[in-house]
Amino acid sequence: MTEPSAFRDEVRAFLAANVPEVLRGRPVSMPAETAANPEPADVIAARAKYLSLMAQRGYTVPRWPKEYGGAGLTASEARTLQEELDALRLPPALLGMGVSMIGPTLLVHGSDDQKQRFLPQIASGAYRFCQGFSEPGAGSDLAALRTSAVLDESGQRYLINGSKIWTSGAQHANWIFMLVRTDLSNKHNGITFILVDMSVPGIEVKPIRLLSGHSMFCEVFFHDVVAQARDVIGPVNGGWTVAKTLLGFERSGMGTGRRVANSGNELVTLAKQAVGEHDGMIADGGLRDAVAQLLLDELALSLTIERAAESRSATGVAGPEMSLFKLYQSELGQRREELALSLRGSDALAWEGAGTSPESTAATRMWLSGKATTIWGGTSEIQRNIIAKRILRLPS
Amino acid sequence: MPLTLSAEQQLLRDNANQFIREAAPIGHMRALRDRNNADGFSRELWRQMAGLGWVGSFIPEAYGGLGLGYTEVGIILEACGRTLAPTPFISSVLLGAGCVLASGDSATQRELLPPIAAGDLLLALAFEETPRFAPHRVSCRAERASNVYRLHGRKTFVLDGGSADKLVVSARTSGATGDRRGISLFLVDAHQAGLTVQRTRTIDSRQVATCHLEAVEANLVGALGHGADLLDQVLDRATVALSAEMLGLCTEAYEITLEYLKTRVQFDAPIGSFQALQHRAVDMFGKLELTKSVIQAASSALDDEESLEQVPRLASAAKAQMTTLSRQITREAIQMHGGIGMTDEHNIGLYLKRAAATELMLGDTTHHRARFAKLSGF
Repeated sequence: MTEPSAFRDEVRAFLAANVPEVLRGRPVSMPAETAANPEPADVIAARAKYLSLMAQRGYTVPRWPKEYGGAGLTASEARTLQEELDALRLPPALLGMGVSMIGPTLLVHGSDDQKQRFLPQIASGAYRFCQGFSEPGAGSDLAALRTSAVLDESGQRYLINGSKIWTSGAQHANWIFMLVRTDLSNKHNGITFILVDMSVPGIEVKPIRLLSGHSMFCEVFFHDVVAQARDVIGPVNGGWTVAKTLLGFERSGMGTGRRVANSGNELVTLAKQAVGEHDGMIADGGLRDAVAQLLLDELALSLTIERAAESRSATGVAGPEMSLFKLYQSELGQRREELALSLRGSDALAWEGAGTSPESTAATRMWLSGKATTIWGGTSEIQRNIIAKRILRLPS
Repeated sequence: MPLTLSAEQQLLRDNANQFIREAAPIGHMRALRDRNNADGFSRELWRQMAGLGWVGSFIPEAYGGLGLGYTEVGIILEACGRTLAPTPFISSVLLGAGCVLASGDSATQRELLPPIAAGDLLLALAFEETPRFAPHRVSCRAERASNVYRLHGRKTFVLDGGSADKLVVSARTSGATGDRRGISLFLVDAHQAGLTVQRTRTIDSRQVATCHLEAVEANLVGALGHGADLLDQVLDRATVALSAEMLGLCTEAYEITLEYLKTRVQFDAPIGSFQALQHRAVDMFGKLELTKSVIQAASSALDDEESLEQVPRLASAAKAQMTTLSRQITREAIQMHGGIGMTDEHNIGLYLKRAAATELMLGDTTHHRARFAKLSGF
């Protein structure tokens, strides 16, 4: 239900007058290496124009304060803006770890100087951040990280050595937020959170080829990389607290996708194509039951996401159900890909060459790349540990 | 369609929980069982609940009820589910009064609804004939005899049937067993010639009846031959309400188990510190949260004129998800309690038994999953 307001009229008029027509109904742009086909030049130009005019009004980060590149909107105004964007079927102008993770973290832990230097650059899309957390020897046990940062005699600069892994989108980023070891004698309290300009010498980025054939992640190597002491977020050796704040933003972002709701028809169509219909029903009872169970579980999750949003807007507090979204959305997504694989039958095995269809190979690659979802941002096992401890209050 | 409770509804929830915990804690149900109470519920408790207005919660004010919604019904039943408080809420109110309400027959409504709401009259719905839930598989016959009908046949699994003053009975006035068309609903006095009512104690210490009807005098309720429409509507409402009771039951069984995990010590540590048990407890909690949303959506849909067409699909979604979950939660609850969980002395086993009864009542998981698929167009 949309309610009329002066703000809505203003947004509507602005979007109608300015947004390039070609972007309507277009999905978010995919990185070149995962997209099926490269985007035409006019679309690329339209996206750039859209980003710049949205950024000018602070609409890339509508709830951030105006002084930091946002629009200073209230929750309800931001919702209105989103409804108007949805009505025109417009993709978000700017996505990524800048607006979803490091930006919100800086609003909590950053100094005034840091907020002024970084937030407007993030909001405009000028700074594109990637995340340097995991290391070859520090996965689920993140605090075991060893990439070192040593302060030089001036006290102004750190020298960073080591390597990071599973860094999403490092090949497209120009800044990295990272956790570095500043005290070897203290595991959790020897970690510092720092922002590093990736254009400085000594950084090497190597994409990792995944099962899907794509490279969503990179390894990033640091050889005597110079970083600035003023870019440390929070206290030196106090980075773990900052990281936990950021992981909270990361996980909540992972569990609120909209694609839960409408995957049903796709599966039903696939199933009917695969085994035929009987009285309008999927002819194979076993497959019908499997599709029904998946759709029921998706319905339950999407209703719970709705319920959480409703309760948050009424009470201002996130309920315990929030913590479940990353866990169940990722597991459910994988179940859906697995079921789609069964429904496509041997077509799902075609990888390239004659006899492949773009939808089928895309679905197969989606199944493979979806393996990441229960591993990144804390594995499903780590999520269950956290929920057991923080919500169920089970002893450790 | 709201998925969260209003302030008034939260107040009702708090009051209902407080009342039930005081008036009918789990020991209440155990005592009824141990005394071999014939009804399987306490008439005194039922009168108290009627006094609070809860028995007539969804009955219109014109007929002595409060005219509240199904969300409120769900809140009261969820509270009852937490302590396994036995009441004829599903049988007499949701099913029995539900048929009278849905029939649109105002003379019968005026006559029966006020005493039902007051807790003075008990109804039951006799619609099943086979162990597998199949509400349209009716072979019981109704024959017209001058001004009245005469019913012939056998009805099984009539919830609280041995306590009811009147029965609503489904019988065939045309068509063949299994046809949707040709089923009609009738009102029958429970104490009359030709009607034999045999009580059975069920696994959850409640009571159901088998009814043998031989030329039993009956009055038609609702339109002739269209009883299935009425029945489906009433069964959907009762299914949502029963799912709410199951939600209360499962929430309590989960909480009892969580507490046990924190206090039971083995290997010098609370067993809740072991990861194998922690992860399973997280899934009990998580699925409770997910299932709660489906039940709230179904209750809300019943309370919103504009969402009524979604009710059958949401009712089946609620029961399908709830039964799957209640199996999981009660299985895990017993397993995590270990040896003590197998005993009659510990309450957790009583939750397993009531869960099993409610699972099989009004259609089990596979029935509702298949119905959900059909109503979703596949």
